[in-house]
Amino acid sequence: MAWTRDQLAARAAKELRDGFYVNLGIGIPTLVANHIPAGVNVTLQSENGMLGMGPYPYEDEIDPDLINAGKQTISELPHSSYFSSSDSFAMIRGGHINLSILGAMEVSQNGDLANWMVPGKMVKGMGGAMDLVAGVRRCVVVMDHCSKDGRSKLLKKCELPLTGVRVVDLIITDLGVFEVDKVGNSPLRLIELADGISVEEIAAKTQADFVVDLK
Amino acid sequence: MSKIYPNAAAALAGLPQDGMTIMSGGFGLCGIPENLIVALRDSGAKNLTVISNNAGVDGFGLGLLLESKQTKKMISSYVGENKEFERQFLSGELELEFNPQGTLAERIRAGGAGIPGFYTKTGVGTLVAEGKEHKDFDGATYVLETALKADISLIKAWKADEEGNLIYRKTARNFNPMMATAGKITIVEVEEIVACGELDADNIHTPGIYVDRIVCGSFEKRIENRTIRAKEMA
Amino acid sequence: MDKIYPSAQAALDGLIFNGARIMIGGFGFAGLPEDLIDALAKTNARQLTIIICDAGGNGAVLEKLFENRQVSKLITSYVGSDDMISARYLDGEFEVEFVPQGTLAEAIRCGGAGIPAFYTKTGVHTVVAAGKEHKLFAGIEYIMETAIRADIALIHAETADFEGNLTYKKTARNFNPIMATAATHTIVEVEKLVATGEIDPDNVHTPGIYVDRIIQSIIPKHIEHLKVRNV
Repeated sequence: MAWTRDQLAARAAKELRDGFYVNLGIGIPTLVANHIPAGVNVTLQSENGMLGMGPYPYEDEIDPDLINAGKQTISELPHSSYFSSSDSFAMIRGGHINLSILGAMEVSQNGDLANWMVPGKMVKGMGGAMDLVAGVRRCVVVMDHCSKDGRSKLLKKCELPLTGVRVVDLIITDLGVFEVDKVGNSPLRLIELADGISVEEIAAKTQADFVVDLK
Repeated sequence: MSKIYPNAAAALAGLPQDGMTIMSGGFGLCGIPENLIVALRDSGAKNLTVISNNAGVDGFGLGLLLESKQTKKMISSYVGENKEFERQFLSGELELEFNPQGTLAERIRAGGAGIPGFYTKTGVGTLVAEGKEHKDFDGATYVLETALKADISLIKAWKADEEGNLIYRKTARNFNPMMATAGKITIVEVEEIVACGELDADNIHTPGIYVDRIVCGSFEKRIENRTIRAKEMA
Repeated sequence: MDKIYPSAQAALDGLIFNGARIMIGGFGFAGLPEDLIDALAKTNARQLTIIICDAGGNGAVLEKLFENRQVSKLITSYVGSDDMISARYLDGEFEVEFVPQGTLAEAIRCGGAGIPAFYTKTGVHTVVAAGKEHKLFAGIEYIMETAIRADIALIHAETADFEGNLTYKKTARNFNPIMATAATHTIVEVEKLVATGEIDPDNVHTPGIYVDRIIQSIIPKHIEHLKVRNV
């Protein structure tokens, strides 16, 4: 069985380490916050100007001035701090965020990422995605292995306009986990399989080159 | 994972090495990490490049590192208050790179913000611009300045919480917040450590993400120029 | 010189003109200067360039500017999910320039700080880098981005004193403090006006030097995506 959204989030949460400062993208990455391992303290950054993002607020805590990057109401924690957008992206661009977990439309085998526009469709803008992938120390992509029409999202080369070049370190799909060589030109390394998924199935559904190195 | 250390020596332990680049906050003697400077001297690390707006005075602040000849190079905007500095500089023992104060502040901020270079009007046509790339924007000439980073930043703040969120007090803020962002390791000494939640989240000056080690100290807070006025008669 | 104005319209009076470049603070609805946008929509100003982080959710007050066809160009990181604005954008009624959010923030900060240009890794080898100067620093490739300034900045703050010293609340800060520094004239709407001296100088987020005109905000705040958890 392919991993569910929650299983994907749980697998991504294994990348968290104690003391990490983390930025989570919108969608499945947001769910990672529900799977932070016990004993691991992470501080979540929201690029609209907050460190120490808390869960959704209780009804009596709702505050229009307190939202996350998806413009949803959230709450603060005792160690929270607020700052401007320029200070927030100085933090991101300056390499102070340990890890970003984000979604993708396509990833190439050398870590190129496309997740902001599809030619011919309404382009809403890249928001903070380009800054995040250019600036964070480690970038983990969480996504479905194939698009809705069944095409591999792991490619030799991205076809869509890029968000960043050689920026992705690890890809977690609903079928397995891949390490990326974003410095050299090695193929992807398949290091884990989702429960009940075979290497043959992944091979059939993957356009990118990969080697098998199960751990 | 606690960021709190029992004293300045413990907070520096294992970090200083010969040849490192150190940033040290403060303006004159206001807002300087006086205990961490003493601990850095006691570490014995030599050939240091020290980035600080000023160089302390004889026998206090960064003057200590000069006396012990641990400083190889200073990057500063003004160094006028220090006899030993003058002597070492004139004898060629000490290298000095002058930066205009605003350029120094911006270079440090850029170092923390992932900006490798920026253009400024400051210093165009002066010694400061020699050998640097020039570029025109809207008919005016600007000079390219590059980012500064440090191996260790020594910071003085007023209060920290346990996560390392900092607040500074009055003009003791100065270079401290940007230096806190530009050190690979940032060590802060404060007058008080409080529990998380005690500092107002809207008024944190340096978020804890920038702070690796915290130590609570007592401070001499030497005043460089004590200027007072008489109370007006009622 | 009194910085306090009786209404949003009075605060805009004499400053808005056809073809003006206008920065608008806010991220989503948080910190969006709705009173001032509403007043801007009531002026006859046309051919405006609007610089804003994102262009709002459905029913945003921003819609009025597009409804009135006052906007000829939008500089933004995200068009948002407003159906009306999206439709007019797809119809090509106005030009859109997309800027990565962090680059937008830094370009505005530089606009206010006298820095005409800076280098960043953001967008290298993407469409954003097309036509821009590239440069290597320590062997890594960066692109040059230039500062962004405006004729007018419209700002929402929580508190102002009579000097124009400002504080912002929580994530309603976002683009407001940087935009306040980057315009020829900065107009601020606030929730609370307090006597000078009531804001702790250590906690001033925007010093009054950047603020030209201040009004009391009266439009209630909005929430784009209400999310709660159960007790």
